[in-house]
Amino acid sequence: MSMTVSLVFLAVLMAVFGGWLFSYSFRVRPWEAQAAGSRQVQGLGGGQVPPAATAPRVGLAVFLAVVTSLFALTISAYLMRQEMAHDWHPLAVPGVLWWNTVCLVLGSVALQLAWRAARHEQPTWLLRGLLAGGGLTIAFILGQALAWRQLQAAGHYLAANPANAFFFLLTALHAAHLLGGLFVWSRCLFRLQQGATPGAMRQSVELCALYWHFLLLVWAILFVLLLRT
Amino acid sequence: MADHGQHSVPHAPAGEFDDMELVHPKTFLGKYVWSQDAKVIAIQYGVTAIAIGLVALVLSILMRLQLGFPNTFALIDPASYLQYVTMHGMIMVVYLLTALFLGAFGNYLIPLMCGARDMAFPYLNMLSYWFYLAAVLILMASFFVPGGATGAGWTLYPPQAISPGTPGIDGGILLMFASLSVFIAGFTMGGLNYVVTVLQARTRGMTLMRLPLTIWGIFMATVMALLAFPALLVAILMMLCDMLLGTSFFMPEMLNLGEQSGHEGGSPLLYQHLFWFFGHPEVYIVALPAFGIVSDILATHARKNIFGYRMMVWAIIIIGVLSFVVWAHHMFVSGMNPYFGFLFATTTLIIAVPTAIKVYNWVLTLWRGNIRMTVPMLFAIGFIFTFVNGGLSGLFLGNVTVDVPLADTYFVVGHFHMVMAVAPVLVVFGAIYHWYPKITGRMMDDTLGKVHFWVTFLGTYAIFYPMHFMGFAGVPRRYYGYGETAYIPDSIQTLNAFMSVAAIIVALVQLVFFYNLVRSYFHGRQAGPNPWQATTLEWQTEHTPPRHGNFGAELPVVYRWAYDYSVPGAKQDFLPQNMPPEAVEADDAAPRRSP
Repeated sequence: MSMTVSLVFLAVLMAVFGGWLFSYSFRVRPWEAQAAGSRQVQGLGGGQVPPAATAPRVGLAVFLAVVTSLFALTISAYLMRQEMAHDWHPLAVPGVLWWNTVCLVLGSVALQLAWRAARHEQPTWLLRGLLAGGGLTIAFILGQALAWRQLQAAGHYLAANPANAFFFLLTALHAAHLLGGLFVWSRCLFRLQQGATPGAMRQSVELCALYWHFLLLVWAILFVLLLRT
Repeated sequence: MADHGQHSVPHAPAGEFDDMELVHPKTFLGKYVWSQDAKVIAIQYGVTAIAIGLVALVLSILMRLQLGFPNTFALIDPASYLQYVTMHGMIMVVYLLTALFLGAFGNYLIPLMCGARDMAFPYLNMLSYWFYLAAVLILMASFFVPGGATGAGWTLYPPQAISPGTPGIDGGILLMFASLSVFIAGFTMGGLNYVVTVLQARTRGMTLMRLPLTIWGIFMATVMALLAFPALLVAILMMLCDMLLGTSFFMPEMLNLGEQSGHEGGSPLLYQHLFWFFGHPEVYIVALPAFGIVSDILATHARKNIFGYRMMVWAIIIIGVLSFVVWAHHMFVSGMNPYFGFLFATTTLIIAVPTAIKVYNWVLTLWRGNIRMTVPMLFAIGFIFTFVNGGLSGLFLGNVTVDVPLADTYFVVGHFHMVMAVAPVLVVFGAIYHWYPKITGRMMDDTLGKVHFWVTFLGTYAIFYPMHFMGFAGVPRRYYGYGETAYIPDSIQTLNAFMSVAAIIVALVQLVFFYNLVRSYFHGRQAGPNPWQATTLEWQTEHTPPRHGNFGAELPVVYRWAYDYSVPGAKQDFLPQNMPPEAVEADDAAPRRSP
């Protein structure tokens, strides 16, 4: 049953959250009041999130969970449609996708370096990292567009076969998420242009880098899926 | 309800959490229109949702007019009847209840009850409302395009939804897709806020296991909505491709007036899987906040701690998780492997266990409580009755063999209106009566409230209870008229007329509610800060209504859970969450037990 993909994702998510809550909810007695000096009142124990989990990071994590749900469900639909119909003609994946993948990996690495530069207050490297990351991502998206053109030219039209339709759908969804990332990236670049210090940019660059790593992971999964089926 | 609320609770030293920077606009527009204050956004959400809900209410009355008095109203033709059915369902489920519980109550109560100054991301929060408003306007626009709104049913099943012959095929269905996509984008922004605020912005001492159940309900519902709405979005995108680009995700090979549709091999069942992967959690997205709010109203107005708090929290979580593995019980008659049917029937019936735990705990909370029959309390008790009734008919439909003959009859309509329409709406009313004094500083009128409750409560039974019998008689749902049908007796028509009259009365009595709402705003009795003598933080604010930033100079510090009512050994009738143990006066008359 192809819906398993989505269900496994949900199960993992719920297990993490449930386990975290479970680990302490049975140790505490909610009905007991605590004195001012106690750990709970000091905001320490009792299921407080660790200090490393800042609000923007948790916000990003929750958003990534939403995006994961979106892709997991699309993959479920992909596998289910493949099982259900007899008209599935697997698609020969265009070779340019390998080059695109390299671009995305390098883009992710560049943003990781930019994050590092922001931590170490190196404005030049920060700018270089950001520019390289964004540029390589744009190259990736253009490469994807090229792959679409090649498929069209080879007669693999969108409506001709569900395999084609899913190829376009999955790559378009992924590219749309990268475009959203590029919007945030361009705002980072703008702020840097306006003279923001690397220290002030650290959080934004960090969130960008994490988002890019996540989308790289999604692409890796999609690519394997497209190659194998 | 005299003003007992003025106890003085010492504010503890400032919390260690950094106070967030709040935007304090000076202009009227900045304060009330482009506001980033969660409370203003909550009111905006609430007013918009109720306004659109009224449209859906009018649609339901139009349907009832047709069913009760067929061929009397020239205005209602078969196509527009289907449009009413579709829009009524979609508006009520998504645009009214989801938006009201999460957008309105979530925004108002999460920061206040958690002891935060505002949501974690106020700008995103504002954007969320404007997306929602845009979604509502797009949906309304679909009434005015050529061909009108879509009439595909709120489930929007392909191939019907995008095939010629269905009302709204020209523009209505596209606007429906657009509106839902905008709604989902807006909800994701809001939902991120609710989750992060609950996880990150709780004040000192507000551990997760001290959160009021209202917050637990809203939190879990938000998590579910964030994970479930993508299923709807994917389904919409794929159907859009089928419609506009000629793909065949869902569309099978079809002949239309002798012409090939151009699609082939698509699977309508695939759509149903995706839709109900969203659709069933959606039921609990509406129910869980209601569960939470009812728990708090019951405890406050029965002056008793909620029975089995931890069990209640875990029941909310387990219901949320289980609701993701029951979706196919909506598809028992769509054709599936019998083993799947068995599996989904089992998971469906298992949900009854945590749900029953909640019902028992509510009843046990009332047991020997010092019950105050206030208007919010009446609505909360009315909810328990209605929810149990609706839940029990759910047990019928959860069993495959019983579901097969009852599917697509009025039994289903009766069931889901009881369990996820009337029951949550009763909670919405209860919650409005309960929190109105905090939002406006004035009480709503008690007598008008009781009239509103009794007519609504009994009236909805008059409408929906007979539907179960009609379902047993085999009367199909969604039909404009029954024509010359041998197996439907004439008495069904009498019953239909009766239900329609009841529906009109229930709709009219809502005017009493709105009159009360407006009149109390200007002429209601001054409420004081804590008219219900409640323990949760929103009642302990410095100002009523709370100003931007919610609390005074310092955030409150929490020492106890939200349910310290009638605590043995304490002189006070209730102990607010921010009352330190030192401030509790010992009751010398009663033997002291360990606190």
